[in-house]
Amino acid sequence: MARDLEEYLRPEIKSTPFCPGCGHGILMNLILRAIDELQLSMDEMLFVSGIGCAGWIPSPHFNADTLHTLHGRAIAFATGAKMFNPKLKTMVISGDGDLVSIGGNHLIHAARRNIDLTVICANNMIYGMTGGQAASTSPLEALTSTTMEGNVYRPFDLCKLALGAGAPYVARYSVTQPLSLVKAIKKSLSIEGFTFIEALSPCPTQFGRRNRYDSPVDMVKMLMESCISKEQAEQLSSDELKDKIITGEFSNGEP
Amino acid sequence: MEGFDKSNPYNLQYVARIPLPSSVAHLIEKLLTHLLTCQGHWGGILLSKDVYPIDTRMPLPYTALTQQEARLPMKFERIDSTLMPGTYYLSGNEAVAEGAIAAGCRYYAGYPITPSSEIMERISLRFKDVDGVFMQMEDEIASICSVIGAVWAGAKAMTATSGPGFSLMQEGIGYAAFTETPLVIVTIQRAGPGTGQATRVGSGDLMQAKWGSHGDYQIIALSPWSVQEMFDQTLEAFNLAEQYRVPVFLMGDEAVGHLRERIDIKARVEVFNRVKRPGAPPFGADQVDGVPPMPAFGEGERLLVTGSTHNEFGIRKTDDPSVHSRLVSRINNKILNNRERIIGTESYRLDDAEVIIVSYGFTARGSIFAVDRLRKEGKRVGLLRLKTIWPFADRIIQQLGGVARKIFVPEMNRGQVAGEIAKYATCEVIPYNQTDGEIIHPHRIMKEVRGLL
Repeated sequence: MARDLEEYLRPEIKSTPFCPGCGHGILMNLILRAIDELQLSMDEMLFVSGIGCAGWIPSPHFNADTLHTLHGRAIAFATGAKMFNPKLKTMVISGDGDLVSIGGNHLIHAARRNIDLTVICANNMIYGMTGGQAASTSPLEALTSTTMEGNVYRPFDLCKLALGAGAPYVARYSVTQPLSLVKAIKKSLSIEGFTFIEALSPCPTQFGRRNRYDSPVDMVKMLMESCISKEQAEQLSSDELKDKIITGEFSNGEP
Repeated sequence: MEGFDKSNPYNLQYVARIPLPSSVAHLIEKLLTHLLTCQGHWGGILLSKDVYPIDTRMPLPYTALTQQEARLPMKFERIDSTLMPGTYYLSGNEAVAEGAIAAGCRYYAGYPITPSSEIMERISLRFKDVDGVFMQMEDEIASICSVIGAVWAGAKAMTATSGPGFSLMQEGIGYAAFTETPLVIVTIQRAGPGTGQATRVGSGDLMQAKWGSHGDYQIIALSPWSVQEMFDQTLEAFNLAEQYRVPVFLMGDEAVGHLRERIDIKARVEVFNRVKRPGAPPFGADQVDGVPPMPAFGEGERLLVTGSTHNEFGIRKTDDPSVHSRLVSRINNKILNNRERIIGTESYRLDDAEVIIVSYGFTARGSIFAVDRLRKEGKRVGLLRLKTIWPFADRIIQQLGGVARKIFVPEMNRGQVAGEIAKYATCEVIPYNQTDGEIIHPHRIMKEVRGLL
């Protein structure tokens, strides 16, 4: 983590718990960078997270009010806190399994109600903390500890889900697109209403080693190659789009 | 308020804000009494003073043994009641909503479920008067979780549900117990298990209240028997939750939830607000059974709240045996060591009783009816009414053996409290279990008790 952001971290926490090559550390950096650039006070911020690797991004690292909740329920906890005290600038940071599988119901209903929350979903396409089981975001044919012969189910398109539920701001970027991601986080923090950002984050420990990405660098390269913009996607045929991840803003917060 | 005559004991109002002329109200109550008693519905005995011996708005007239002691030396505040003082005619569920508002509850999240839905309906209307936040959530899991979130944002908050919803809330309850989050859950019990009989009465959730979530923790569970107590105990539930930083359950049931009768609203109510001490550790205390002060989000404390094992400042310590052991011990001890102050019981005609009926909730109404009838027959029978189910009134149950030969426990479940009584009783315990979705007929209690004498 860059030294200039150290003031946003709890002084008593000296290291992160993330594996070597994990993208969550980059995401942590980018979130704090967005907060720093907006000059938000950590005294006004409330960070809510669920269970899983990404739940550890704010708790205990961020030096602000943090609520580390039950598996899947971060958005429900955040709804209560935000609705009772609207002054709290509330950000939910958690993983794909937490926010979309076990907690999918809370996600769509908070989007429907347009609760003023910034939700950042760190999507590593697998259950990392529990040992690499298939997630609802794992790609087709992905090898996981519960799909040794390849995943047979289609992955969720999280952004389409949030859009369908009525979220006014929806964006997807990979941690390999740091400038765009910071811009998106800043924008989401300045929009009043439910905002959803899917942040793709590599998991070399659980996803990479099972799917022949020999080193963390290979996973980062894979993300860089497969992430394309909406404009680029328009030029490609559906066959060419098969292994691509479309990134960008899918709804820009304007009515 | 026009048409509101305090001196007339039959004065009543169907809706809090529309006072009825007392003569009309009197007529309506007479009519209801007549209808209910004539049709043989056992709700009928509750309205008629001729057959039902006790005015449930008052404490029992005669108490011999009691475990209720002086309050903790903590500061209670007397505030103005949120309803005009006087006598109202409300359902139990409506009284819960009013009790919560009186206690200072300003956040409610819930999901519709029979037979508790009237609570959220009334809250949704009444919160407009008091600037409360009402949320109808997508399920009971979201309800309990958003309540916990609101409490940490500074609210007094509650949710209400029934059996299936209570089951869904259990993980959140364990989280609340472990993070010492004060909140109130009202469960209007229905006939289970499963979906069971959604509109019928039962009291099968008592053990779930105590043991529903995983791990070792303590909660407080109260058992109201009247509409008055639905109000009073909701207020008490909030006060206990705030004093001990613990989830408190109001274990109502379908019969008392849908019962309509008179309740008295006083001009002032006694409330307790959580202790705040800026800078003090929010998850640790000097004593092994201490209750730490509780800050809120947005107060600049930069709080760390987690359901993982944590030290006194909330920092995750998931591999330190001594931190876990200390925390689990304290959240249990803070309730168990204070149980004499928490537990409420009422006793009736116990002095020379050969058989003591131990009863709680709606069933206690049939029990007290039976005691009076049997006394008229010359039978030596008394009643111990449990107002608190958890923590359990172990010491007073131990004392009963010195008075009586037998303890009779009628319950609308398969002996959940009778089993607990048998752990502590020094005399014979005879359970009577009825799980047919009906309240226990007072004559059934009389018949069973006659057989024991």
